Amino acid sequence: MLAIGLAHYLTVGAILFVLGILGIFLNRKNVIVILMSVELILLSVTLNLVAFSAQLGDLTGQVFAMLILTVAAAEAAIGLAILVAYFRNRGTIEVEDASTLKG
Amino acid sequence: MIVAAAFYLFAAILIASAFMVVTSRNPVHSVLFLILAFFNAAGLFLIAGAEFLAMILVIVYVGAVAVLFLFVVMMLDVDFTALRQGFQSYAPIGAIIGGILFFELVFAFASWSFAEDAAGLRLNPTPEGVENTRALGRILYTDHVFLFQLAGLILLVAMIGAIVLTLRGRTTSKRQDIAEQVARSGSVNLRQVANGAGLRDIGIERPPAAPAPKRVEHHGHEGGQH
Repeated sequence: MLAIGLAHYLTVGAILFVLGILGIFLNRKNVIVILMSVELILLSVTLNLVAFSAQLGDLTGQVFAMLILTVAAAEAAIGLAILVAYFRNRGTIEVEDASTLKG
Repeated sequence: MIVAAAFYLFAAILIASAFMVVTSRNPVHSVLFLILAFFNAAGLFLIAGAEFLAMILVIVYVGAVAVLFLFVVMMLDVDFTALRQGFQSYAPIGAIIGGILFFELVFAFASWSFAEDAAGLRLNPTPEGVENTRALGRILYTDHVFLFQLAGLILLVAMIGAIVLTLRGRTTSKRQDIAEQVARSGSVNLRQVANGAGLRDIGIERPPAAPAPKRVEHHGHEGGQH
């Protein structure tokens, strides 16, 4: 059982999720901060999984949380690699410059 | 009591540092606040009893992901002030959508409760008297071994993808191309050398002189019309 109520954890997770969404809106031009916001969103999901796992006494949630951590690490590596390749080609990381495929 | 105080401390620092991540002027500060957020999230995991995940969070996120972010931010020579154009104009719509989303999440949780038989439907009940890491290892390597291998596969694909995306073929370096060496003809010949004969006896074999470049024939065009 959780020492702190489940609602507290879910509230923290919700605030973190909303802050991640807000970060994507605020930094619409800066891909690096957008990637960090995605990390925050994934962290909030992980926090929810761990909270439910502790509340129910079921370890499956923690196994899923580990998978989310793996996917988040892979996503950060691929995203930053794409960012570096894009910067080499264009000399900028503005999101709105990435319109070559629009035709 | 002390657990509650620790929870509120970690949660407050987590939310404050997450806010600083998205609003900070300098991306380097954003990354550093991200590291602080991960540390405090690890504290929350510890309070929830997920010790292994807390340590993994510190090692993987702070040790690898955040350092990767820091490395990329410092490596790219980007004018970050230009990227903040329009920061103010996006703030209201972001705040409106974030607020709507937050209240939706609150409403969703307010009208929700555990099912009656939720305790009976548990897949892996937490065993008594076994520490978290051992219990997690017991189910991860037996019941969820495919999930574990899937995670390994994801990391492999990510590693190969990152290498392929960022590796540049360097045109200035000279590499040995064995196929080209084997396939060349004309400048290589094989000859029988007597035992004990040195360079003084057999002479130095020079490659044949390169053929003279072919003269380009110019066709006269009257008036330069093609």
